[in-house]
Amino acid sequence: MIENRPLLKLTAHLVLIAGVALVAFPVYLAIIASTHGPTDFMSGVIPLLPGPHAVENYRQVLASGVSTSGIPPISLMMTNSLIMALTIAIGKIVISLLSAFAIVYFRFPFRALAFWAIFVTLMLPVEVRIVPTFQVVANLGMLNSYAGLSIPLIASATATFLFRQFFLTVPDELMEAARVDGAGPMKFFFDILLPLSRTNIAALFVILFIYGWNQYLWPLLITTSSDYYTVVMGIKRMADVADSYPQWNTVMATVVLAMLPPVLVVICMQRLFVKGLVETEK
Amino acid sequence: MSAIELKNLRKVYPGGAEAVSGIDLAIETGEMVVLVGPSGCGKSTLLRMIAGLETITDGTVSIAGRVVNDKEPAERDIAMVFQNYALYPHMTVRANMAYGLKNRGTPKAEIERRVAEASRILQIGDYLDRKPRQLSGGQRQRVAMGRAIVREPAAFLFDEPLSNLDAKLRVEMRGEIKLLQRRLATTSVYVTHDQLEAMTLADRLVVLNKGRIEQIGTPLEIYRHPQSTFVASFIGSPAMNLISATRDGDGLRLSDATLPLAGRSLPQGPLTIGMRAEDITLARRTGEPQGLPVRIAYVEELGASRLVHGHLGSERIVVSAPIDGELDDTMDARIDPALLHVFAADTGRRLQ
Amino acid sequence: MQSKRTVFSNRALPYMLLAPQLAVTAIFFLWPAAQAFRQSFLREDAFGFSTQFVWFDNYMRLFQSASYLNSMAVTAVFATSVAVLSIVIALALAVAANGMIRSQQTYSTLIIWPYAVAPAVAGVMWWFMFNPTIGILSYLMRQAGYNWNHGLDGTDAMILVVIASSWKQISYNFLFFLAGLHAIPRSLTEAAAIDGAGPIKRFFTITLPLLSPTTFFLVVVNVVYAMFDTFAVIHATTEGGPNQATNILVYKVFDDGFIGLNLGSSAAQSVILMAIVTVFTFIQFRYIERRVEY
Repeated sequence: MIENRPLLKLTAHLVLIAGVALVAFPVYLAIIASTHGPTDFMSGVIPLLPGPHAVENYRQVLASGVSTSGIPPISLMMTNSLIMALTIAIGKIVISLLSAFAIVYFRFPFRALAFWAIFVTLMLPVEVRIVPTFQVVANLGMLNSYAGLSIPLIASATATFLFRQFFLTVPDELMEAARVDGAGPMKFFFDILLPLSRTNIAALFVILFIYGWNQYLWPLLITTSSDYYTVVMGIKRMADVADSYPQWNTVMATVVLAMLPPVLVVICMQRLFVKGLVETEK
Repeated sequence: MSAIELKNLRKVYPGGAEAVSGIDLAIETGEMVVLVGPSGCGKSTLLRMIAGLETITDGTVSIAGRVVNDKEPAERDIAMVFQNYALYPHMTVRANMAYGLKNRGTPKAEIERRVAEASRILQIGDYLDRKPRQLSGGQRQRVAMGRAIVREPAAFLFDEPLSNLDAKLRVEMRGEIKLLQRRLATTSVYVTHDQLEAMTLADRLVVLNKGRIEQIGTPLEIYRHPQSTFVASFIGSPAMNLISATRDGDGLRLSDATLPLAGRSLPQGPLTIGMRAEDITLARRTGEPQGLPVRIAYVEELGASRLVHGHLGSERIVVSAPIDGELDDTMDARIDPALLHVFAADTGRRLQ
Repeated sequence: MQSKRTVFSNRALPYMLLAPQLAVTAIFFLWPAAQAFRQSFLREDAFGFSTQFVWFDNYMRLFQSASYLNSMAVTAVFATSVAVLSIVIALALAVAANGMIRSQQTYSTLIIWPYAVAPAVAGVMWWFMFNPTIGILSYLMRQAGYNWNHGLDGTDAMILVVIASSWKQISYNFLFFLAGLHAIPRSLTEAAAIDGAGPIKRFFTITLPLLSPTTFFLVVVNVVYAMFDTFAVIHATTEGGPNQATNILVYKVFDDGFIGLNLGSSAAQSVILMAIVTVFTFIQFRYIERRVEY
């Protein structure tokens, strides 16, 4: 602010506090609900203050799941989510680094074609080609497997473009100096290019981890065995039952557990997160 | 056997642009050859072809008697200093210098010895564990040279290594490179667009224009006997005055004045006359004009001397004059006919 | 296409480097897309014994079907509402935060984290709050005399999914608006202040016009988000109901293909959606090209 106007400043603070409250309120309620016993939701007046059942609720969902809705222990689902998120994030980064390296540091027939093939994936989100993609994965026998959960999602035009963009800003002379110094392509890639990409890789990792963790439709389609349920899709199955059996305490405990890892990643790595978000949209 | 030999070297880019058109050049062991020319003359392309960073369209490059056309840069036994230094930003100074040796499998003790030696010569011993971004421009420059020195190559290739430095540092580093090259006596090829840098560094100068060699010679040979109007105007500061003239009787007709030739014989017909600014003297007019009438436009004071800019007829002329003389609006410019450079008006080649 | 001035000369290596990406792309993206395209011209009989090539019949039927036209209208309403709601709230928050010096970082942290919350999770949380029997918001509305029931009332259901989807997107828009505000030179606002424009006037005459590239970009991104990434919100809450009131296009593809097993129609819908994404991608890239010129 250029002028010193206390009223304006106060309004701004009020707007922000209202915003923070709006953003936080649903989560607050979820946390509160996860600390009550199942009977507290019968009365019709929702509790607004914490109850005494937090430990037992979380212990129950983590260790044994919800047998009435056929839900396995949340700890299993969270492990699945973690495996899926890590495989997707690391897989996307690795194959995108390699393709961007090929496209920027080599000239070869069909280079433009390869670039466009990768580009086209931007226009084919999984949501719009659900049935045929499911058929392919089913034919390959990848249903109910970690490979099926992650591999079909690890092509990444966005990550490839990000690395391509970054590689183009790396001075040409670095590669030339490395060649004079006797480094071949892969040596240059590992010794020079990879260390220089560290920040970009970390920023992208944050975004892709969240992307992988929050996958919903894909695990829903290709898992029928509860051994491979991920936590985000598992909530839906729990919530379905919650309408008839009021198990809101366990559903909300699961909700809290499902958002905890990605939210922690964003808060702890805020700088990298912002960088990753802004750069992937370029 | 020459250290580096180029035979009928050509580079045509895909798309048809010809950057280097038929260069023959032999560089002797231990000498410093400077390739100089305006931007786009092909000097960097030529250097990069020697380095192996640019493919060769035609002709051969030999290093130490061996044709290296198909060799990777690393196999050519050369080291290169880049314009932007190209230091690996994530490695320490020490690691930067050691990288090339490590890739060649040089024993560790030997690497350490060479890095220590190079850093002693370049006085960068104090920053060996720093990263390039923690260094000043001049220090980075030294590290870039250190990286070349430790390799103990058959030749150094310099690609405008000083152009990222400020003027003062440039002069300083110029001197150091010269000293270093003398001391190591390593064959060097140095590319620059700065004619002063070229003059001061070179054992031999190669002036390039549009992908061809205009002239090869020691700096003084080239300064004193430029073989074309291009070289004449490119080498030397201020640039040589080039004025159209015709041979007329026993004098030389320059726009509206005649210069007596005093016995110097010149061919008939249209000519281009070159005069170095310092070869001309200005005299105040007393009565009859004696020499070329120069209308003074403005004066640049340089401290030790002054540059007088003026017009001779319709042509511009610059004269280097002592600082204490008085200047009138119009003065007489005189020059010893023996000091005139004479070029054919059509081809621009030197006559005599 | 751009590459380095000098390149490595290996012949086979670049293909090997590209192989994993291209394999995944071909098997899981291009091939299914081609299948969808092929299938959109076919129709299977009721028992799946024979398939017949029907030209554009699947498409014709779609555009004559009341439920598909309804789905398009629902999508339009939904996407517009989500984009407007999340952009307006985020802009207000970003402008307020931009004026803060010391507290800006703290406010930012408190506002951006919902980006990490899965759409499905966001949906379930709001569903809980709006739950007609125990939800706090429906309770409050009952007190105010409105009988909220998103299980029966289509408008209520639409409001629910709009709010849940917008809530999650505020953080994203906030970050981009804040970055856009940071990019406006301080000297411009100062010059306007010297020219006698007060804070409100400055916002509408200087800040807002200069933010227009960011706003345009965010409109495109938010519409794309609302059209494609909100599948989870719908599926986890209303499942397209009640009475198709929240049956957006991506949900309908899923519903017709997986639940209804109407493969030809689902494939035709997929092709139409791909065309829509292509248009948006194109707009987005045109926008980026323009931004580079600035």
